[in-house]
Amino acid sequence: MSEGIGASVQRKEDKKFLTGKGRYTDDINRAGQVYAHFVRSDIAHANIKSINTKVAAEASGVVAVYTGEDIDVGGPICGWVVPNRDGSATHEPPHPLLAKGKVRFVGDAVAVVIAESLQEAKSASELVEVDYDELPAVVNLETASSGAEIHEGMAENRYFDWELGDEEATDNALNSASRVVKLTVRNNRLVPNPMEPRSALAEYDELNDSYTLYTTSQSPHLTRLVLAAFMFQIPESKIRVVAPDVGGGFGAKIYVYVEEAVCTWASKKIKRPIKWTADRTQAFLTDAHGRDHINNIQLALDSNNKITGLRVDTLANLGGYLSAFAVAVPTYLHGTLLSGLYDIPAIYTNVKGYATTTTPVDAYRGAGRPEATYLLERVMDQAAREVGMDQAEFRRLNFIPKDAFPYQTAVALQYDIGDYEPALDKAMEMIDYKNFENRRSEASKRGKYRGIGVSSYIEACGIAPSAVAGALGGRVGGWESASVRVDPTGTITVTTGAHSHGQGHATTFAQIVTERLGVPNSSVELVHGDSDRSPFGMGTYGSRSLAVGGVAISKAIDKIVEKSKKIAAHLMEASADDVEFKDGKFTVAGTDKETAFGDVALAAYVPHNYPLETLEPGLEETAFYDPMNFTYPAGTHIAEVEVDPATGVVEIVDWAACDDFGNLINPMIVEGQVHGGIAQGIGQALLENAHYDENGQLLTASYMDYCMPRADDLPSFKVGYTNTPCTHNDLGVKGCGEAGAIASPPALINAIINALSPLGVTDMSMPATPQKVWKAIQDSQSVAAE
Amino acid sequence: MGEISLNINGKVEKHDVGDNTLLVDFIRENAGLTGTHVGCDTSQCGACVVHIDGVSVKACTMLAAQAQGSEITTIEGIGTSDALHPMQEAFKENHGLQCGFCTPGMVMSAIELVSKNKNASEKDIRDGLEGNICRCTGYHNIVKSVKAGAEKMGG
Repeated sequence: MSEGIGASVQRKEDKKFLTGKGRYTDDINRAGQVYAHFVRSDIAHANIKSINTKVAAEASGVVAVYTGEDIDVGGPICGWVVPNRDGSATHEPPHPLLAKGKVRFVGDAVAVVIAESLQEAKSASELVEVDYDELPAVVNLETASSGAEIHEGMAENRYFDWELGDEEATDNALNSASRVVKLTVRNNRLVPNPMEPRSALAEYDELNDSYTLYTTSQSPHLTRLVLAAFMFQIPESKIRVVAPDVGGGFGAKIYVYVEEAVCTWASKKIKRPIKWTADRTQAFLTDAHGRDHINNIQLALDSNNKITGLRVDTLANLGGYLSAFAVAVPTYLHGTLLSGLYDIPAIYTNVKGYATTTTPVDAYRGAGRPEATYLLERVMDQAAREVGMDQAEFRRLNFIPKDAFPYQTAVALQYDIGDYEPALDKAMEMIDYKNFENRRSEASKRGKYRGIGVSSYIEACGIAPSAVAGALGGRVGGWESASVRVDPTGTITVTTGAHSHGQGHATTFAQIVTERLGVPNSSVELVHGDSDRSPFGMGTYGSRSLAVGGVAISKAIDKIVEKSKKIAAHLMEASADDVEFKDGKFTVAGTDKETAFGDVALAAYVPHNYPLETLEPGLEETAFYDPMNFTYPAGTHIAEVEVDPATGVVEIVDWAACDDFGNLINPMIVEGQVHGGIAQGIGQALLENAHYDENGQLLTASYMDYCMPRADDLPSFKVGYTNTPCTHNDLGVKGCGEAGAIASPPALINAIINALSPLGVTDMSMPATPQKVWKAIQDSQSVAAE
Repeated sequence: MGEISLNINGKVEKHDVGDNTLLVDFIRENAGLTGTHVGCDTSQCGACVVHIDGVSVKACTMLAAQAQGSEITTIEGIGTSDALHPMQEAFKENHGLQCGFCTPGMVMSAIELVSKNKNASEKDIRDGLEGNICRCTGYHNIVKSVKAGAEKMGG
């Protein structure tokens, strides 16, 4: 069986996880280790009048207690900024490692207690007395601009006010439209909830004046860069960051949080290793949340039902501090996607990002693209209903035609390739769309409302072309690194700056090597997640690992092949130009000469018969790959639901997903990514919501209160593919990690509205809880009775 | 403090621990078996599921002292990487795991589920795994794995 590109190879990493031998941060211990526990604000917004740590410091087992006044290094930084409409810059207020003078959300870290045992640290932290002068909480996004000032000198609590597109052309389109479809939607706030809570184990080495931090990170090199260069201002070489096995990320583990930094800082102060692991409630309070937008949408149609313009005015809730990529999510990862897969001549968007006294908000699976897709697919459905067209056919009418690529959108992106109708057709076929009305009638006889909902999506993945990102306000590059080391015996070690926390890189990256070099999958070892062992790289997020990191591996292999051909030519006494390499063998065109890849590897390291005068020995190459463009996965998801009018419960009875991810390396793993993404999208649409009360208390801060999708909430999924290979990377790949979470929420909400449309229901907000659905049914019946 | 002696995976683990030590902490910190995970503090997520006398239990929900005299089996006790338990094998073959964090608890719950109901339907499996949260897989392949595991276990 093939183990190369396109084969569903079983995962190499599974055995350790299945036998309990995974090595996550909290599984690691160091001699002499002590434990940190953070004293957190239980008030959303307050000035700190005083902090008394004296009693806590004298408690049993306590090694040290620190507050913001003790910290002499900087806090988290903002990795992306945008210009305001008036030309001024994004407001970047400071974010101290421990609160200084003020707290800005419930969970804000005020002090850290370090003790011999976790229990002693927890007990002593209750003895830290903080005297607060409470200020009004700012919770409501719509009125945040008139709320109490959160950051000194930041007018109207606004971090930024950004625009993209041609306002005049868009307003002209709206003014001259034969119909303007208007809709306001809210993208509910979510908590990412990787199952492994964040954790840190920091150790200071006095001999070398250096630190080692084991931590739950999606991007260990960025963590090292931020800690060393921005927070501690010490040489990067003095910090080693290791992200061992990491139990899921979904965006929440991209950033450097205060807890990891405080532990690292304090490990030098007390000269002992310090461990901190979040419990679930701390995770709810401090892991960056996701989404939380309000979008006002206006869609212009001409008399043929073709879209002529789109205006979206967005409010984004970014929480008490500006997290690393918080600014990019509602702007460049959102505004640029507003064309969807539709031919829209004029688009304008304005996004205002506000501070509130809530947990910081940043990237969560999809990051901006789910929000863009949700608003667009909701308004597309609304438009189809208003003009009386079938929802699928209305989309088809407005798709960018397949001969229009490369397609320049009205919002900065250029889609390189795509063909959207086949994915729509296939998804419709998979769910038997044409017979839906029969199923609706049948369900109706059983007293159920049955509905079908379509969502066609596009996303920009492979983040990011550095020049583009830089021009748009990004402060980091978007490339990825890889090195491929061929050992003397022909086995291969690949190092990558990407990080796997469930994606299966050890298997899929090895498949690229297998395909290209003809060595068995088992001969390839992947090294990642350790800043000392792999070249600097940008990490894993934005569906970039394969589309950027995988292509870097392919580029490094190109160099290996090129050098190997020269060695093989020498061994076979031929010209390198005549040497061909296929299936692990070098041959000379027109002769029967051949030499195996393993022989070339051996010759490279035992260069007795070797062109040393022109070629270095050894066989190891590194490549840094910076993409030319984003990749553009796209597709259609269709959900079918049944609503029970007696209870308001929505049952998902069928789900068809047809995605175009370009070429697939491992279809089994891709399918798993699609399933997981859909489940998170269903969670958003039906179950999940981070709910704050008016005082800024997070009421959903445990699994008792925040409704995570469980096995009995979900159906099995039908997954299919189309393929238009990416035109600008060597593997023709696009990325698949976020698609499910992007496509699924509007499919489901549209299906619910479709089910209830016979009652006159035209709107449903997320999450569509039974209570909300039941109420919509009741309200529609009372309207009908009037 | 007091000495607690527990039989874990056929081996006696004797340690001096605080009276309020949770079973999961005893397993992870004292016995050094870190395959049993902690994913929440409210007995909801199931990452800490172990078997006590053959019954699946959330190890964060009981004190170590309460388990004295019982036979405890953790994920490390059901198979090895050279000889996986049929349920572990089924998870591998059906891509029933991604990040691996919920996996030990999921496998332990699945084994008990199948041992009680050899012909579990998809609905039985989904209902039976209600106490184990996975954020990665969307459960599709977990359900498939448990079905396949049930067959391998002779269901």
